Amino acid sequence: MTAFRRPRGAVPRLPALTLLVMLGPVAAGLFGTLAPALGVMPAIGRVEPTLAPFGDLASWPGFGAAMRLSLVTGLAATAASLAVVVMVAACWQGTRAFRAMERLLSPLLSVPHAAAAFGIAFLIAPSGWIARLVSPWATGWERPPDILIVQDPNGLALIAGLVAKEVPFLMLMTIAALGQVEARRSMAVARGLGYARHTAWLKTVFPRVYAQIRLPVYVVLAYSMSVVDVAVILGPNTPPTLSVQIVRWMGDPDLAMRLRAAAGAVVQLGLVAAALAAWRGAEALVAMWGRHWIRKGGRGGGEGLLRAAALAAGGVSAAAVILGLAGLAAWSVAGFWAFPDALPDGFTLRNWMRHGPGLGAPATETAIIAAAATAIALVLTIGCLEAEHRFGLRLSSRGLWLLYLPLLIPQVAFLPGLQILMLSFGVTSGTMAVILGHVVFVLPYVFLSLGDPFRAWDTRYATVAHALGAGPDRVLWTLRLPMLLAPVLTAAAVGIAVSVGQYLPTLLIGGGRVQTLTTEAVALAAGGDRRAIGIYGLAQTAAALLPFAVALAVPRLVWRNKAALAHG
Amino acid sequence: MKNLAAAAILALLTLPVRADPDPGDWQAVLAEAEGETVYWNAWGGSTITNDFIAWVGQRVAEEHGVTLEHVKLSDTADAVSRVLAEKTAGQDSGGAIDLIWINGENFAAMKRNDLLFGPFAESLPNWTLVDVDGKTVTTDFTVPTDGYESPWSMAQVVFMHDTARLPEPLPDMAALLAWAKATPGRFTFPQPPDFLGATFLKQALYDLVDDPAPLQAPVDAADYDAVTAPLWAFMEELTPNLWRQGRAYPQSGPRQIQLMADGEIDLAISFSPGEASAAIANYELPDTVRTFVLEGGTIGNASFVAIPYNANAKAGAMVVANFLLSPEAQARAQDPDYLGVGTVLAMDKLDAAARARFDEIALGIATLSPAELGPALPEPHPSWMERLEADWTARFGVAE
Repeated sequence: MTAFRRPRGAVPRLPALTLLVMLGPVAAGLFGTLAPALGVMPAIGRVEPTLAPFGDLASWPGFGAAMRLSLVTGLAATAASLAVVVMVAACWQGTRAFRAMERLLSPLLSVPHAAAAFGIAFLIAPSGWIARLVSPWATGWERPPDILIVQDPNGLALIAGLVAKEVPFLMLMTIAALGQVEARRSMAVARGLGYARHTAWLKTVFPRVYAQIRLPVYVVLAYSMSVVDVAVILGPNTPPTLSVQIVRWMGDPDLAMRLRAAAGAVVQLGLVAAALAAWRGAEALVAMWGRHWIRKGGRGGGEGLLRAAALAAGGVSAAAVILGLAGLAAWSVAGFWAFPDALPDGFTLRNWMRHGPGLGAPATETAIIAAAATAIALVLTIGCLEAEHRFGLRLSSRGLWLLYLPLLIPQVAFLPGLQILMLSFGVTSGTMAVILGHVVFVLPYVFLSLGDPFRAWDTRYATVAHALGAGPDRVLWTLRLPMLLAPVLTAAAVGIAVSVGQYLPTLLIGGGRVQTLTTEAVALAAGGDRRAIGIYGLAQTAAALLPFAVALAVPRLVWRNKAALAHG
Repeated sequence: MKNLAAAAILALLTLPVRADPDPGDWQAVLAEAEGETVYWNAWGGSTITNDFIAWVGQRVAEEHGVTLEHVKLSDTADAVSRVLAEKTAGQDSGGAIDLIWINGENFAAMKRNDLLFGPFAESLPNWTLVDVDGKTVTTDFTVPTDGYESPWSMAQVVFMHDTARLPEPLPDMAALLAWAKATPGRFTFPQPPDFLGATFLKQALYDLVDDPAPLQAPVDAADYDAVTAPLWAFMEELTPNLWRQGRAYPQSGPRQIQLMADGEIDLAISFSPGEASAAIANYELPDTVRTFVLEGGTIGNASFVAIPYNANAKAGAMVVANFLLSPEAQARAQDPDYLGVGTVLAMDKLDAAARARFDEIALGIATLSPAELGPALPEPHPSWMERLEADWTARFGVAE
């Protein structure tokens, strides 16, 4: 034993490795975007730096409207999702209804965005299921009315679609956070002092919960502002949101349009940064007002109405996704299906027989990529957190932001640059490359999901164990990880769902050769054959849903005699 | 570290690079193709096309030992981007793409940027069967193909109408406008720059101009404003009478077909004379749908396959291109039970057995005969399409 103990083994190096895995691709990708944004693109003979691409971008007639759309839909979707989650949690936490919703909402997270968006589009369109159910007997519509609902210029349908998908995500994060803040005791005290349920929750639990779900909220904001697949399906096109337009320019056969696309990507990045700053400012204002509100000591009332409204909001959001999926299921077995029939003329297995055999290979590829990327992300995340615990190698708050960069930067802004990097270093496209590419996106989600529960673990258990003679490794493997089984599995399920849903990274890094359920589904979506979309959407959903079922069921089975652990 | 990277790059550069196959020596091409895997990047949005490509894969595997993988694209430009990215990164061999389904502006862009392998097309054994004189297979949107792409199907604009609601064909664009004004909200087209939407603009322009000659030359050579003035006047009147008053558009041809199946629209443009029949057979359209062409004729073009300059399996790709030109593949492609597209072969160059394959095909209830289709109008120069797309977007595509 030497006089001083240096950290040994792999654990202390993991934080640096993690940052390298994250920062290398992002930095290179950003460089790959910045260069063409400044007019440098040797492949088409542009080598002189210039600001001309930004001028070109500003002269595109839809520029202002596209920026406004990105900003407004992103902020509105985030605010609405957070409001629904907070209302439901405040009014219903600890009740049987809440636990039912918990079981219902969490798996909904795994429904891929594109599949959910298609389902919702079919529900609310003038020729959709809702209109069919009430036609023609109630409305007199023999033909779909010519009303603009889906793809409306204000992006309302897009906001609705995003809310339906982000509520489950924030709800899951909130539930994970609730396990760490001892909400039950605070509630008991506040209720004992005569506060109404929702007032008690908002005043005593919410501030602590929000501190834990702040980063997920930021991720929702950044994601909603820059999403491509949902915006293509539900969002307007005259003009589209900025990110959709960037993807269109990236795909323009006129290669000089890449310069404008790159400039747009830089602007999109700035927009996201500005929106995050604005949100942060709003947090401070709300906190100031909140402290004043808490000090006043009002006990609150009108509970019944609010509780009903909260239940309705959560219910509608869940129902939209579930009924949408039911619509996909119906289309997958539909014969000819005309308006205003509520159901198809006939049901047929022909669609499944046609597309079913093709599902096997992409499903296997999807599973391999998701499992490998999630495993890598979990090892790195737990390693980082453990290093932080043992050696105080804490990521500074700036380091944390870097870790989240891949979620806060629009994918389209740095993926093409990433693709060029991998090619230049001879990393050929293939499953391995795609796995590494997915790690960039999976890792932050796994970290987001696991970091707070991991840190909130009561280290007095470790102190006691050390006193009884256990080393740090033994504490990790036999005490900490088993006690954190529920959050670890939840993080893994989140990681798998994220991997399953990736489209652009799979397409760009895989060179189109790596075909997952998602790349197949989005390629089909370009067509619009609802039967094929239904089949691939269901398969994609199943791929992401299964891990959540496992994440919910296993802790309950393993810890069925230790209720506090079973709920993480 | 720097030295290591340099050594790695050097090692990559000095790897033995296989010489490109010589298209003139077909036996050598066949020998080299055996065992190769060809990644065919083709638009994956149409399930019947996907099924056809899967069948081609089976056949070339049986005949030539070539494995065909269909890389399903949502946009052909993705493949162009990929080849460009590889060139930027200096990957001049062993590229990810071996064959691309391509035409028009994508071909023009790749040819202009030296991203294609060739010339190879006119050395393919089945090239002798191609209808070089009667069909536009050696120019692509007026750009000479120069053997850098090989044709595999012919397409021509037709309009699909639901006879339950729009019984009679419309003879020209003036009639279309009059009908749209009388029944607003029952027509739309995929939003340009979708190629089908852009095709509608070109078709309307053809129908409305007095003299179509300038369309065959680059747009800069013409008085653009004067030539397109009638088109924009027409669009100003038509747009408020479109589906959703022109405030939203379907994003692709198949979505437009879904709108027709949902009864939202009664008239739709298609670039495939057999598409309506195939869609009816697949429950995607009601069986009351029929097709028509305008009295002044409609635009036609060919679909091609091209091989990137850095493709990994050039021999295999040529074998697939040649198989696509075989009477067996061409007859299957023309059969509406499978695909329903026009053949690029000349019937008088085929032997009796091959011709019989084509004679047996039942075209389908909604498909016009070649005589009814009439001669196709040639595609305008690609620069027209780019200019029309940009102009339409500025006028109608970003209205708030």
